[in-house]
Amino acid sequence: MSEKDTPETLELLTFQLADQEYSLDIMSVREIRGWTRTTPLPHAPSYMKGVINLRGTVLPVMDLAQRLGLSPREHTDRNVIIVVNHEESMTGLLVDAVSDIIALTVDDLQPPPEMQPSASQNVVSALTLINERMIRVLDLSTIVSKEQSSAA
Amino acid sequence: MTDSNDPMAEIRASFFIECEELLEALQDGLEALNDGAGDPETINVVFRAVHSIKGGAGAFGLEALVRFAHRFETVLDEIRAGRMVADANALKLFFQCSDHLSDLVRISRDAGTLPEDETSKLLALLDELLGENGAIPEEEEVEEEIDFQPAALSFDLDLGDADEGDALDLLPPLTFDEDEGPRSSRYEITFKPENELYETGNEPFQILRALDEMGECKVTCKTDQVPELASLAPENAYLSWHIELTTDVEEAEISAAFEFVEGLCLLDIKSVDDEDTQEEQNGSEDSTADADPISELTTPAAKVEEVSEPDPIAELSKPAPEATEKVVAPQKAEQKTPTPAAPAKSVVRVDLDRIERLVNLVGELVINQAMLSQSLESSGLSPHSDAMNGLEEFQRLTRDIQDSVMMIRAQPVKSLFQRMSRIVRESSAAVDKDVRLVTNGEGTEVDKTVIERLADPLTHMIRNAVDHGLETTDARLAAGKPAQGQVKLTAAHRSGRVVIEVADDGAGINRPKVLQIAIDKGLIPKDASLSESEIDNLLFLPGFSTASVVSDLSGRGVGMDVVRTAIQALGGRITISSTPGSGTTFSISLPLTLAVLDGMVVQVADETLVLPLNVVIETLTLSNDDVEMVRPGANVVRVRSGFVPLFDLGEELGYRGPIDDYEGSVVLLIAHEDESRAALIIDSIQDQRQVVIKGLDDSFYRAPGIAAATILGDGQIALILDTSDIITNAIGSNISGHSSTVSGATS
Repeated sequence: MSEKDTPETLELLTFQLADQEYSLDIMSVREIRGWTRTTPLPHAPSYMKGVINLRGTVLPVMDLAQRLGLSPREHTDRNVIIVVNHEESMTGLLVDAVSDIIALTVDDLQPPPEMQPSASQNVVSALTLINERMIRVLDLSTIVSKEQSSAA
Repeated sequence: MTDSNDPMAEIRASFFIECEELLEALQDGLEALNDGAGDPETINVVFRAVHSIKGGAGAFGLEALVRFAHRFETVLDEIRAGRMVADANALKLFFQCSDHLSDLVRISRDAGTLPEDETSKLLALLDELLGENGAIPEEEEVEEEIDFQPAALSFDLDLGDADEGDALDLLPPLTFDEDEGPRSSRYEITFKPENELYETGNEPFQILRALDEMGECKVTCKTDQVPELASLAPENAYLSWHIELTTDVEEAEISAAFEFVEGLCLLDIKSVDDEDTQEEQNGSEDSTADADPISELTTPAAKVEEVSEPDPIAELSKPAPEATEKVVAPQKAEQKTPTPAAPAKSVVRVDLDRIERLVNLVGELVINQAMLSQSLESSGLSPHSDAMNGLEEFQRLTRDIQDSVMMIRAQPVKSLFQRMSRIVRESSAAVDKDVRLVTNGEGTEVDKTVIERLADPLTHMIRNAVDHGLETTDARLAAGKPAQGQVKLTAAHRSGRVVIEVADDGAGINRPKVLQIAIDKGLIPKDASLSESEIDNLLFLPGFSTASVVSDLSGRGVGMDVVRTAIQALGGRITISSTPGSGTTFSISLPLTLAVLDGMVVQVADETLVLPLNVVIETLTLSNDDVEMVRPGANVVRVRSGFVPLFDLGEELGYRGPIDDYEGSVVLLIAHEDESRAALIIDSIQDQRQVVIKGLDDSFYRAPGIAAATILGDGQIALILDTSDIITNAIGSNISGHSSTVSGATS
């Protein structure tokens, strides 16, 4: 990341979550699907919405807003599920709406100021400004990390 | 694995697959010998297995493997020839050698480092064994002493020969009189290789040479089967040989020369001095003409004489006059294909990935079929319409296809059990205990994936049984038990599942000690009062196994949490039962296959769920009178004269709160392999059908009580319940205090 001459470029998929803008590295995004009813898993943590049928595969879906600790909202037709791939396993992330795909260089990213004491809560890996809007870049591995499994 | 474009790599790979089969045969043979079956065929099988491994290894230049196999084979040959007896001592060494041979094969395959120490130790032991029985000079490999001596073979092209039916007269292969004593006698041997003989890399010349060494040998090659060049298929066997052998060796030794081509050729060995045979041979000349397998193979065009025939079309359409007796042959060949001497089941080796793909496709087919059924049924068609009849047929076909595909993957657990016998040998030697492994139900078939993934946990359990389960020999004798400990490995089908048990006749679980350790490690509160089975289950706690203190324990515990995790990953369960003083039994209950399940589809609190059909024994409709409260929060239902604990599935799964009125509730009475029964309240029963099991990716959340998921006809996902798990959880949450810790760990 320190190569100043040829700054690494990356593309981000931006989306809305409770009036805030978030983004994910587009390389981890497999597809975007409309909202369908999930089959709930018993005794699951509240952010686990359940599972859906993704062309024959059972895909776990989590409510990203709830996962990030934002207040729960009503689902609308505009809600979509972003299917992401992390370390060979697929997960669906329920978001309010997908906004855009933006291209930028690593130099455009800045680390978030150190405010949060808990490392596990540190799901935002970087911040960037696009048209004067602040976009949070999410760290996917923290979101779908296995450490959450003991929550039950 | 290897580059699939490299033909050599493929041949190599198939050699190693063959090795596995041969090692299995070797192991089987040794076990049979160990059990007192000393018949020549068993010894032959053992010898042949080692010999074939040696042969293949030689072709791939696996020197170490060849060297070891050769010495092993030499000793086995002594036993085969009756110059040595396979006593208990020798057999013990043979088992070790067989283990080592399989190590060498594995190492050669993975290009690992060879354990020279072990090899030379065993070689020395083999030599010692040979030495005791009178050392024989190290004979050189037959392969190494080949030098061509064309004079030994006369390619007799006398065409008049062709009609000499007697030379080609064939009796069933390998018939020889047992009571024939050794004497200098003359034999007539007819030897006709089948195509398979060449395909398996055998070389008739080697055999002829071996015969030549036995005495005076006159070999005549029959070339009358050779077709004209245009129709000659290079991979087909056309040549046969007539051999006149004057020798003083026994007939058995002559047939031994053909040992490796047994079943791959038509073979007839006749003692010419034996008048009866001679007579029969002459007398049966006419009648055997059409039964003669060689004649059957013969098409008129194949006759050598006809090479000179100018018109090839005439040749094909009209047989030459002198071949009249063989005109019938082609039809004959059609209706009765010549079978090799040993009609073995033909087996196809298939890449597991391909079967996996087929299984997945069939899974999709089942889901699609369900979707189609659902939409056709909801379209309001008459059940007697063509479409509905067709659907029924389609459903039946789908089911048949599914069953057949599943059968492809099913394999007997035998290979797994054989590996375990090695584990017992090694671990009992390591802890210096005399242990006998008894296996039962080796033929039980289980999905191949299950077998593969069962190997590690089972190894672990067997080691535990030998190390911790069984007492020392002194302790056993003091307790009035036989000195030899016993580990019993059993596989059986039980109510649609496979149950595998590892039982030892050791001291049983030392419960006070287990409890003390669990308290010391802070796994349970000091004042906990646990039932016996709860104490036994402490062995599965993850923290229990790590400390070195535990390995000194006479009970169990080393890594059992790992074992349980592996079993659960297969959709199975593991339970312990132990009787102090007389042993411990671990039983593993596994689904038959990882892909399909006969399920009961039910509705609970607006959710569709699937229960394995085999656990459901009865359905009931409740009235309030049937339900009795044992204590607050724990109800039982009266079923005829018995009481069965009652659980509300909707509440247990957290889908809704408790219901207060049981009147009219639908209840499923379920039973598990351990005979435990329970009643589950559901809202309604929808259907009974086959469902395709889809694994749940539990990488970041494992739902308690849920075994897997399936896709319904409408595309929705339904969860498949693990009823046993649900009840364990339910019981755990009903009892306060310590047991929540235990059940938390068992979930």
